[in-house]
Amino acid sequence: MIETTDLCKHFDGTKAVDGVTFSVDKGEIFGFLGPNGAGKTTTINILCTLLTPTSGEARVNGYDVSKNPNEVRKSIGLIFQEPSLDDRLTAEENLDFHGMIYDVPKGIRKERKKELLDMVDLWDRRKDVVKTYSGGMKRRLEIARGLLHHPKILFLDEPTLGLDPQTRSHIWRYINKLREEQGITIFMTTHYMDEAENCDRIAIIDYGKVVALDTPDNLKRFVGGDVITIKTTDDEKAEKEIGEQYNLHVRRDAGGIHLEIENSEEFIPQFISSFSTKINSIHLRRPTLDDVFLKLTGHEIRTEEASVRDRMKAGMRMRGGH
Amino acid sequence: MFWKAVYVICLRDIRRFFREKSQVIGSIARPALWLAIMGTGFNTVFSSSGSDNYAQFLFPGIIGMTVLFTSVFSAVSVIWDRQFGFLREMLVAPVSRTSIAVGKTLSGCFQSLIQGSIIMVLSFIVDVHLSPLIIVQVLAIILLASFALTSMGLLIASRMPSFEGFNLIMNFLVMPMFLMSGAFFPISGLPAWMKSIVTINPLSYGVDALRGVILGFHEHALTTDILFMAGFAIIMTAVAVTAFNKAE
Ligand SMILES: Nc1ncnc2c1ncn2[C@@H]1O[C@H](COP(=O)(O)OP(=O)(O)OP(=O)(O)O)[C@@H](O)[C@H]1O
Ligand SMILES: [Mg+2]
Repeated sequence: MIETTDLCKHFDGTKAVDGVTFSVDKGEIFGFLGPNGAGKTTTINILCTLLTPTSGEARVNGYDVSKNPNEVRKSIGLIFQEPSLDDRLTAEENLDFHGMIYDVPKGIRKERKKELLDMVDLWDRRKDVVKTYSGGMKRRLEIARGLLHHPKILFLDEPTLGLDPQTRSHIWRYINKLREEQGITIFMTTHYMDEAENCDRIAIIDYGKVVALDTPDNLKRFVGGDVITIKTTDDEKAEKEIGEQYNLHVRRDAGGIHLEIENSEEFIPQFISSFSTKINSIHLRRPTLDDVFLKLTGHEIRTEEASVRDRMKAGMRMRGGH
Repeated sequence: MFWKAVYVICLRDIRRFFREKSQVIGSIARPALWLAIMGTGFNTVFSSSGSDNYAQFLFPGIIGMTVLFTSVFSAVSVIWDRQFGFLREMLVAPVSRTSIAVGKTLSGCFQSLIQGSIIMVLSFIVDVHLSPLIIVQVLAIILLASFALTSMGLLIASRMPSFEGFNLIMNFLVMPMFLMSGAFFPISGLPAWMKSIVTINPLSYGVDALRGVILGFHEHALTTDILFMAGFAIIMTAVAVTAFNKAE
């Protein structure tokens, strides 16, 4: 449904998107994960015909975004990262504008309006001017609006930023229902790791380049095992003992002793039965996408501006890793 | 779908127009004040110099002025939409950019017609009598002038990424257009350099046509006025639509 080849967008000097190639299948939830300024929004803007690429090609629903923008627009729905409501209109008028301009028949429009406003818990406020809404309410209204015309492909640019967990789960339930009933394709960006794990596949993007693309599980497997944290009565002695008995990478800090290990299920029982120091607690953690990102790029996803050294390291890892 | 999009875009602007109470009150109060104060104030100057009724002379000019400001403001509201993000909602919609541009132009025309009608209701202040035929003619001229001016505003808005340039157009385009249109004083006595500006100013033709229809008093033939404005409107619309289609 979405296909890009060597897509680039340069803003005088900045390579916002720098040779991105990927494809998304029908019905898939595809995630773009990356830090601030990685080029996620720019990629979406190209795919939704708001920006023309500097070079490269992008097809959405089979149509080229530069040559056939009108056909592309008919196939998509968007929830922008930045506000895009008319705040002098009411919630209902905003939805009506959207429904009419997307040519949703009146009866269906009415039905969905109710359904969606209920979903985001704004039905009672529908006659209020958007100016009087809180930030979260505006966000919820935007999400409802983006879903109103049941697009074939839905672009979500950090959709649930700043929303409470209950609303998030309502929204995801609705999106999943749409996906089951109508096979819609979803392209989303996020820098929330937990949200990224909903995706079928994830592209990790950093400095305008895709540094990895795979299912969340495969990406995590790339980290090389689970993370075990052990607390004992005497961590120092325990560390020594582990060092003597197992050939493992061990790290000790105030939180306990951390081990990275491939088949933790077999390791733990064996470890407990043979270990001589008294164990207070043992904690097993699956690797998260945070670990993946750290390993791939050499910097944490949350850092706003990674240093130049980090950037070089990331480049070298890329070359070495493939 | 083309006309539906045009309709939706107009509908939104009109809802916004009537929602803002201060805007509605202002649209009545402003021309009323102009007519009452300027008309009465300058009347004394002009009558002492032996001229005709200045308030009546001013009346078509006030309509022209209002059409100019309404048209330009409604067009440059696109810049506001860009700043507050709503433009994106329109630009990714499955409708042609041309329909968006046409919708914006027509909504400018519609707002000008409303404003123009309000001023006509105020004609009693300056003791101008408007027959139904004159009213229809005036509305037609307003429509044409506003079409030309809105598309000009739209062209500017599509090229202007933010508010910063807005003062520039106000000071160097809209104000001179307003002052050098013959809305306030007759063109005949002006020096040549000013006259040439008046000649290329589309608003001059609008004001002249209005004055001709309302007071039976004009510089050019009505057909000249109409042809100039129509030509200007067609060229501006074509350029504005092209610019709008290209804008990122
Ligand atoms: N219109 C523009 N003009 C110039 N530079 C731009 C423009 N838009 C984006 N950029 C630059 O392109 C880069 C990528 O920006 P983009 O908005 O795509 O990041 P992002 O991945 O969406 O980040 P975030 O997580 O903060 O939303 C940034 O360095 C940004 O400064
Ligand atoms: Mg972004």
